[in-house]
Amino acid sequence: MNMRQQMVKTLEDLAKQDERLVVLLAAISNSLFSKDNPHIARRVINLGIMEQTLISVGAGFALEGFIPVMHSFAPFLVERPFEQIKDDFVYQQLSGKFISTGASYDYSVEGMTHHGPGDVALMHTLPGMQVVVPGTAQEFDILFRASYANGANTYYRLSESANPFNSPVRFGKLEVVKQGNEAAVIAVGPMLGRTLAAVEGMDVTVLYCTTLAPFDGETLRAASASSNIVLVEPYYEGALVRDICHALQSRLIRVETIGVPYRVLNHYGEPEEHDAHLGLTPEGIRSRIERFLEQ
Amino acid sequence: MTGDFEQVKHLITYMTGDEKHDESSNSTLDVLWVLYDRVMRYDPKNPRMEQRDRFVLSKGHGPEAFYAVLAHKGFFPKEELKTFMQWDSILGAHPDRNKVPGAETSTGSLGHGLPMAIGMAMALQLKENDRRVFALIGDGECNEGSIWESILLAGSRKLNNLTTIVINNFTSAPDLGDIAEKFAAFGWHATTVNGRDHEQIYAALTYQDEARPTAVVALIHK
Repeated sequence: MNMRQQMVKTLEDLAKQDERLVVLLAAISNSLFSKDNPHIARRVINLGIMEQTLISVGAGFALEGFIPVMHSFAPFLVERPFEQIKDDFVYQQLSGKFISTGASYDYSVEGMTHHGPGDVALMHTLPGMQVVVPGTAQEFDILFRASYANGANTYYRLSESANPFNSPVRFGKLEVVKQGNEAAVIAVGPMLGRTLAAVEGMDVTVLYCTTLAPFDGETLRAASASSNIVLVEPYYEGALVRDICHALQSRLIRVETIGVPYRVLNHYGEPEEHDAHLGLTPEGIRSRIERFLEQ
Repeated sequence: MTGDFEQVKHLITYMTGDEKHDESSNSTLDVLWVLYDRVMRYDPKNPRMEQRDRFVLSKGHGPEAFYAVLAHKGFFPKEELKTFMQWDSILGAHPDRNKVPGAETSTGSLGHGLPMAIGMAMALQLKENDRRVFALIGDGECNEGSIWESILLAGSRKLNNLTTIVINNFTSAPDLGDIAEKFAAFGWHATTVNGRDHEQIYAALTYQDEARPTAVVALIHK
């Protein structure tokens, strides 16, 4: 089961238990939801392809005490109706849950209009916006259940790319995967698998991050005394640099950001071909870390 | 009562500094007065009570008439009006729902309020609450794409608990033609009234179609 299928299962399950939950769709994923249970079907609503209205309608539901979940592909959920998210949820101090699918270049053959590498950086500009990047379907289930009713705004970035294993995850916490001395490597969501392969045999700490905001600076400070920080992210590189700088204010640090570069990525092909082209493979990541530590 | 309406007009003079929106504020006054004086069900001392009709000032601009009506109806002291747009005031040039008693939504950027009102109307139906939702938009606001998304959505969902008031003071750059006709084409019950005629406004706002949302286009001739 991929993350998108898990999302449907998790939302259907929670909707049965919690009458406040309303799922609002703009055509995307509508066919994946079961319409068998009429009680749930009333709260899984396909509005049509109108993403600005999707977000504002969600705010209307929030005003009436519901927990709206809004879902579409990353560029259509985040970038097209960004002002609606900012004004209608953040400025109005309402709570909504925004779940995207189709991360970065997951839908590589569709071209750049369907790519979404800018989602996390953009959502992270919004005051109080929580940002969750699960690494597997099971992790999404755990993190969503832990946060869907927390009264905040939360963005969940789902992707077709996933780690080959599940990790223990807690909402709002960095997980210490291994400890070493030369650097602290922070792997975000689906980058953990290839990051662990990249640092095999290296004397580094690896931290696993699935909740980017609120960022767990305390665990970062406690887990490593190193001044070398490496960030491995699956979207535009560097979204967490501000948080790392704040967390490690008392230290002189160097930061290497490994992620999708800020470039126009106009190739098609498979996502793996994009990874290889951008050096986001275990070999490419290892090479970047080695060069960073040699400087 | 005419005396009360004159008093509300006087209250607007308490607020200065947003003259660029005078026309916008002035154009909504009669509709807002009829709505709050004779149509909507609410308790100014309990502005968020569940069994209330909801009003969304979608266009957000020129809220002085809205504030004056709210103050006159007792949502907050009239003296607050004199603080309009000052540092600590609850009353800005666009309303903030977290500051203004009686303001359901924070608006200002055009094209947000009507879809929020649709969400509220859909939510009320889920809750089996029979209260109504009124949204006020401007003809200039009708240039926004989200307004037409919303008109399509509410019409297709047959949201009979939603009424949209369009204040048409002819500010739209593109010619909108017959606005009521356009709403009707999207499945709404739509009427056009003189935006200064209180009886016409009252009749249009108290009409609730069984199977369609309602649009009331209020003409404000300069």
